[in-house]
Amino acid sequence: MVGGRSWSDRIFTLSNVGIMLFVMLLTVYPFWFSIVNSLNTGSDLIRGPIFVWPRELTMASWRTVLSDPSILQAAWISGSRTAIVTFVSIFHTALFTYAFSRPYLKGKAFYAAVGFASMYFGGGLIPSFMLMNWLGLYDSYLVYIIPSLFAGFWNVIIINANYKAIPDALFESAKMDGANEFTIFFRIVIPLSKPVLAALSVFTAVGVWNDYNATLYFTQSTDLQTLQYLVLKLVQSTQAAAQMASAAGADNPDLASVFSQVEGRGEVTTQTLQLASMVIASIPMIIIYPFAQRYFIKGILIGSVKG
Amino acid sequence: MAQRAHEEQLSLAKTKRPKSFKLGYDFRTQMELKFMLWPAIILIAIFDFFPMYGLLMAFKDYDPLTGVKGIFTSPWSGFENFMVMFQSFQFWPMVRNTLGINLLGNLIHVPVVLTFALLLNEINSSRFKSLIQTITYLPHFLSWVIFGGLFITLLNTDGGFVNYLLLKTGLIDEAIQFLGDPKYFWGVAIITNLLKELGWGAILYLAAIAGIDQTLYEAAAIDGAGRFKRMLHVTIPSIMPTLMILIIFAVSGMLNNNFTQIYVLQNTLNLPASEVIDTYVYRTGLKEFQFATATAIGLMKSVFALLLLFGANALSKKLTKSGLF
Repeated sequence: MVGGRSWSDRIFTLSNVGIMLFVMLLTVYPFWFSIVNSLNTGSDLIRGPIFVWPRELTMASWRTVLSDPSILQAAWISGSRTAIVTFVSIFHTALFTYAFSRPYLKGKAFYAAVGFASMYFGGGLIPSFMLMNWLGLYDSYLVYIIPSLFAGFWNVIIINANYKAIPDALFESAKMDGANEFTIFFRIVIPLSKPVLAALSVFTAVGVWNDYNATLYFTQSTDLQTLQYLVLKLVQSTQAAAQMASAAGADNPDLASVFSQVEGRGEVTTQTLQLASMVIASIPMIIIYPFAQRYFIKGILIGSVKG
Repeated sequence: MAQRAHEEQLSLAKTKRPKSFKLGYDFRTQMELKFMLWPAIILIAIFDFFPMYGLLMAFKDYDPLTGVKGIFTSPWSGFENFMVMFQSFQFWPMVRNTLGINLLGNLIHVPVVLTFALLLNEINSSRFKSLIQTITYLPHFLSWVIFGGLFITLLNTDGGFVNYLLLKTGLIDEAIQFLGDPKYFWGVAIITNLLKELGWGAILYLAAIAGIDQTLYEAAAIDGAGRFKRMLHVTIPSIMPTLMILIIFAVSGMLNNNFTQIYVLQNTLNLPASEVIDTYVYRTGLKEFQFATATAIGLMKSVFALLLLFGANALSKKLTKSGLF
């Protein structure tokens, strides 16, 4: 880089660093705020929120959330769903892409047409809902699995770009030696495309873990709730309640004070519960984040910078 | 193990046979490939293509009680479902919210993210740079339930961080109902989205910036261009194609609100400002069981989205000579 050490340069660098620090603070602080507030006693929070460190430290809210059976059930649903869908769909898509990428595949135009069409066409929400009903997937655990067994043609394009980097000679010599397609896939393709498959697995897992739409659209029994959906319900129901209280408080102060007293009694309040459940639900993501990071940056660059 | 041994035996047996020149065109290989391809083709057919029959509902007088068969047997009604939709008092507010949140959101999002990427690019210490990236990417990987939920509590009227701060500093006298008052909803939706995607959105720009020929900067510097001049006359023109593609995507997604986000932040009080096409389709379709109306809205949205995509692409090609296709 060409760069002088002029005063204006120094001022720029300094203010730039300042801006970046501010952006980081803006990103991190909401989490910190939620963590410390969820670890404080609820009754104490009435005096005002906590900014840096709990005034009255307690694990009560966390214990309440973690001992709630519906949360555990939801975590199990989310976790098992994420594991199954990620593993199967990425493996399946890699296999599909391998066959699709063979130069000697007959009828390639047909598969390409189907694949590209699948990226742009679909029935939308209502017809999908009816389809799930018709197939008997509605309100069944399988609705989380079966429609997601293929990771979509977008991922095929990304994996395909990666397969192109594998030298043709490898395939040819294996083929000459009489290896069948499955042998080539398992022994040559999979070992050589671990990075891209890992990257796409991370993306898929994040997407599935974070998804609450399938629960909202296609299930109704409480056994099938995902963790995200459960947290959503927790957040939304008391949000409405809090709004109601303050709206009522505007013209009826007595009612508002009664409400806040009931809410504020004891160590655990709706607010601390909400915060605790959100923090707990984000823990898995935050734990895998540092490990996954190097993969997904690679992944997004594979997908975007090409062409 | 046994299978592997079997395979090896098989491959040994095969090598002894003379090979045809057209390697891979034999029946067996083609069958193996078909075996790899067809499960996905079937899944696509069932879950992507088959539901398109359901779009017929938009032009029919459909009764949900008749099930899937009813799609075919119910009487045609022409454009009646669309007329009902246009005449609904909820229709225009919904279109306004959809376009408003997206248009304003993109107008703010694109320049802010671009500026962030440009500034981040000027950070010389690579360790500090990667620390910033690590931290600002994180929200992208959290769900909207968590991220939206955090902001719902931060913006709360009692004990919420933002209101507390504003009240303490005397900027306001009375707590603002950020999520209870429709007039704040667009702002909340746009700003939370910006905070969540700021770092992640910058990746694409950074990758484009990294691809710029460094000699351009040196030449500009020798010609006396300062830091800002170089940004303006070298960096920005160089990443124009990337910028254009992102703008095309933004325009074509104009009718596509982030349901996942809006639904989390939505409540009955802010509904006048938060009802967008996607949430409306969900509500009328799956809550009120007006399948035909909801399908008609969804269909119209898709058609307009496609038109927007082609329109934006054509315009971009004309103006900057670079487009998506």
